[in-house]
Amino acid sequence: MHKNSPLKKIRYDRSWPWKMAWRDSRKSRGKLLLFIASISLGIGALVGITSFRENLMDEIDGQAKNLLGADVSVRGKAELPDSLFFQMSRLSKDESNEVYFASMIRFPSTDGTRLVQIRALEGNYPYYGDIETEPRRAAQDFRIAQKALVDEKLMLQFGVQLGDSIKVGNISFEIVGKIQKIPGQSDVGSSVAPVVYIPLKYLDETGLIQKGSIINYITYFQFHPDIDTTNVFEESRNILEQAGYDVDNVEDRKAQTGRAFRDLSSFLELIAFAALLLGCLGVSSSIYVYIKSKVQIVAVLRCMGMQAKEAINIYLIQVGFFGLIGASIGCLLGVVIHLYLPEIAKSFIPFDIQPTIYWPAIIAGLVIGVVTSILFGLLSLIGLRKVSPLSAIRFGYESLKLKLDLPFFTIIGSILIFLYLIMFWQLKDALDALINISILLAALALLYALAHGLNALLKKLLPKQMGFVWRQGISNLYRPNNQTVILVTTLGLSTAFLAMLYFMQGLLVDRVSISGKNERPNTILFDIQTNQKEAIRTLTEEYDLPVLQEVPVVTMRLLEINNQTRDQADADSTVDLPKWAFNREYRVTYRDTLISSETISQGTWQGKLKNPDDSIFVSISDGYAENLGLNIGDQLLFNVQGALIKTYIGSFREVDWRRVQTNFLVLFPTGVLEQAPQFHVLITRINQNDVSARFQQAIVRQHPNVSIIDLELILKTLEDLLSKVAFVIQFMALFSIGTGLIVMISAIVLSKFQRMRENVLLRTMGASKAQLWKIIAAEYFFLGGLGALAGLFLAVVFTSLLGYFIFEFTYVPDLLEIMGFFFGITALTVCIGLLNSRTIVRQSPLTILRNET
Amino acid sequence: MSEILKVKSLSKVYGSKTNALTVLKDINFSVLKGESVAIIGPSGSGKTTLLGLCAGLDRVTEGEIILNHISLNELNEDELAQVRNQNIGFVFQNFQLIPTLTALENVQVPLELRGVKNTMEPSIALLERVGLGARKNHYPSQLSGGEQQRVAIARAFSNNPEILFADEPTGNLDEETGKSIEALLFEINKEKGTTLIIVTHDLELAQKTHQIIKIKGGTIIH
Repeated sequence: MHKNSPLKKIRYDRSWPWKMAWRDSRKSRGKLLLFIASISLGIGALVGITSFRENLMDEIDGQAKNLLGADVSVRGKAELPDSLFFQMSRLSKDESNEVYFASMIRFPSTDGTRLVQIRALEGNYPYYGDIETEPRRAAQDFRIAQKALVDEKLMLQFGVQLGDSIKVGNISFEIVGKIQKIPGQSDVGSSVAPVVYIPLKYLDETGLIQKGSIINYITYFQFHPDIDTTNVFEESRNILEQAGYDVDNVEDRKAQTGRAFRDLSSFLELIAFAALLLGCLGVSSSIYVYIKSKVQIVAVLRCMGMQAKEAINIYLIQVGFFGLIGASIGCLLGVVIHLYLPEIAKSFIPFDIQPTIYWPAIIAGLVIGVVTSILFGLLSLIGLRKVSPLSAIRFGYESLKLKLDLPFFTIIGSILIFLYLIMFWQLKDALDALINISILLAALALLYALAHGLNALLKKLLPKQMGFVWRQGISNLYRPNNQTVILVTTLGLSTAFLAMLYFMQGLLVDRVSISGKNERPNTILFDIQTNQKEAIRTLTEEYDLPVLQEVPVVTMRLLEINNQTRDQADADSTVDLPKWAFNREYRVTYRDTLISSETISQGTWQGKLKNPDDSIFVSISDGYAENLGLNIGDQLLFNVQGALIKTYIGSFREVDWRRVQTNFLVLFPTGVLEQAPQFHVLITRINQNDVSARFQQAIVRQHPNVSIIDLELILKTLEDLLSKVAFVIQFMALFSIGTGLIVMISAIVLSKFQRMRENVLLRTMGASKAQLWKIIAAEYFFLGGLGALAGLFLAVVFTSLLGYFIFEFTYVPDLLEIMGFFFGITALTVCIGLLNSRTIVRQSPLTILRNET
Repeated sequence: MSEILKVKSLSKVYGSKTNALTVLKDINFSVLKGESVAIIGPSGSGKTTLLGLCAGLDRVTEGEIILNHISLNELNEDELAQVRNQNIGFVFQNFQLIPTLTALENVQVPLELRGVKNTMEPSIALLERVGLGARKNHYPSQLSGGEQQRVAIARAFSNNPEILFADEPTGNLDEETGKSIEALLFEINKEKGTTLIIVTHDLELAQKTHQIIKIKGGTIIH
């Protein structure tokens, strides 16, 4: 104010904007429902998923020792020799030994047979957590006599009681306890391979340990709690790993378990962020609609002397307050989700989750909700600065317009920083967060450009001879006050998120499903010794079962790659090989032809070694070649149980691992391994359950060392698991879909304002209801169609990028799915648009014109 | 009597240089304190534009407006808002009550904007004066057109303005209601000693004022 201004200084009542905000909101609260719903769903998804993730990680931290049951475990394909045992035992106060392997068992009382995981235990394992059994003491009692613990569900399935016996190989054990929970194993894990514990001292008597059998040896160590073992442990670990043993400590197990849930957790976070972003769009468009309806009030108040900043304050208070309400409802929703998620996820989590309210997520939810509301609200609110009091005396003098000035760009900048911070909070990686925000911006820019391009194109190309109704509907897309840009951007982005989630979900489920479901083999017999091969083939044929595949398997280790040993490779900084390359035991086969799940992708397949002196050319899977960085012609030296065999890579094979076949990383030609120690695998298909039961009983009785995998059972368990994971994903995706719908509705409600007067005027000039419906439908059809098309294009790009860079698969768009989305979104847009316009069409023009003035 | 409003060589042009539309040109007049003035003229002659400029709702292109000894040209948007709050009352053709506020709250707003603490009693007194004491808690949508305009008149006088601008105050009302609103407006105006400037098409109404300013094609005709 000028120094000598005759204006009296006004002492503003600071509480007035609050009072006014309250009064003004009384009759407007219904209009803010969409806004509150947008915020609630976005924040609900974010709080629910963040709490669940943090809770999961806390439990992994808290229960890490229980997951392993010991301080360290050392696992290998052979018993730990004394020299290596000493490496760890010098640090420990107690040790336990376990031998585990897959084997068939039989319950004599019911004649039931089943492939199980036999765990032969000696010592006091577990040192942390418990093997939970019924009765409780059984977990200790079984160790001292010829007694066994059997998985509770397995006992239930076969109608076996405590006190009954179980036949493991050649001898029987009395069942003294039902296993309810084992450290580190999930419900699903125990369904796929139910566990039977027996004392280690009876293992030899079972007769199940034969040459070629796949046996795992674990030694568990409990360290002295008061001694810092870190340095010595790392040194011992290196020595043991050099010798081909896997060493796990509590930290490793924690990291492994965390990693196992990272994919699911990342995908859920993606859903939560999508819901939040859609919520932001919802907030933005619903507040724009709201503020637009307040322009006239602001103009009148400005006539009475209210300053522009006070107008902004009034509505900022409302937006902040209702944002807080929305965020609070969202937090409540998030807590409910968080309480519910562990319940539906418990079967695939190897420990109990006690849902605890995670306050940081709730506080973050409230802050994010309010700040989101204010920032996205401000985008519309700054338009109030430019509302002229003249609007009070001149109708239509000035509507709410966004001006691309400094305050606008400041708010846009703040929004980007805020979204970046949320993204960073979720991803914990600065660069990833930046990339995500950049992709989002690029998507928005593309949608914006598309919408503008459409405007220009329509203006130029719209045929003049087109009928009035269509011409009117389509030209509404580029006329003044058109809604093309805002609707195409909003619809496009929501469609992109929804479709991407749908495509990703389909791909993830498809990735773990098994191909050739109808004609697939369903029973695999393995661990067949060479001398049992003929007898088992005959037995299979006696039961009228087809021998679909008979495969010899030879176990070996890799000693050198291109004359470089493991130690040399470790020392060579230019070589980056995964640890397992030299550590793992390779199970390979030999044959002269390829099978249906294999195709040669590079090089030449040589199926037969003609002369014993010829070079041996093996074929390796292309994934294995990629992991180890191998090329055609590279030399691989194998140790086949003492005999060294030098080979060259002759070809790469593309292998469909999802087929129920015996697939191998390394394939030898015939003429090399025929005399090597080997076991055999036989694959068949059994269509009837009773035949399957009788066949399994016969095999177990006559050849107790041979194991049978009943794939139907495993597939059913896997399908159960997948349906549970899919349910978690779908449940959370519902939030994104819900928010997306709200965004669409608010965008379309917004568009109603633009067309109301025009349509009323058309009615007063004699347009019939049918004509109006057609005009509105034509406009929304094109808007919805273009939004959907642009969104689907983005969804395909996003899914391909995510597939390629994160989930490592190639996404091939499914035209039917895309068409379904296109027509679905377009129809939904037209329906919402028509529903929303029904007042314009049904009421008398005069009523609306009066309300308008 | 002193001058409360002085308009000197006022011009208003809309649009850019190449596409300029001159709405008002070389307007000069002054209004004495307590006087009533009618601005009349055909549609599109610039009456409402002139009213908006005099009330500080818009800015002149050329010339000067001095309202209650304050030159409006020199003020920024916030200061203009302050001028309106301290000196001006408005009555609009379409009432322009705030639909989300009750009748009483609508009357209170100008006082509250001024920072007055006790707004209840004077506002109720004004509503009673316009015959709507019993309807004070009703929302605009629950009132008839005539009643809404009565509330608007109460609101216009609530901050005891020096000058009251009325833009076709009876334009949206039937003849009978219009007459009673006219009468009420003039009565309260007289009681409060306010200067009244009315834009109207109604020559009968214009005849009741002290001064008539006729506008045609953006200029005053005599």
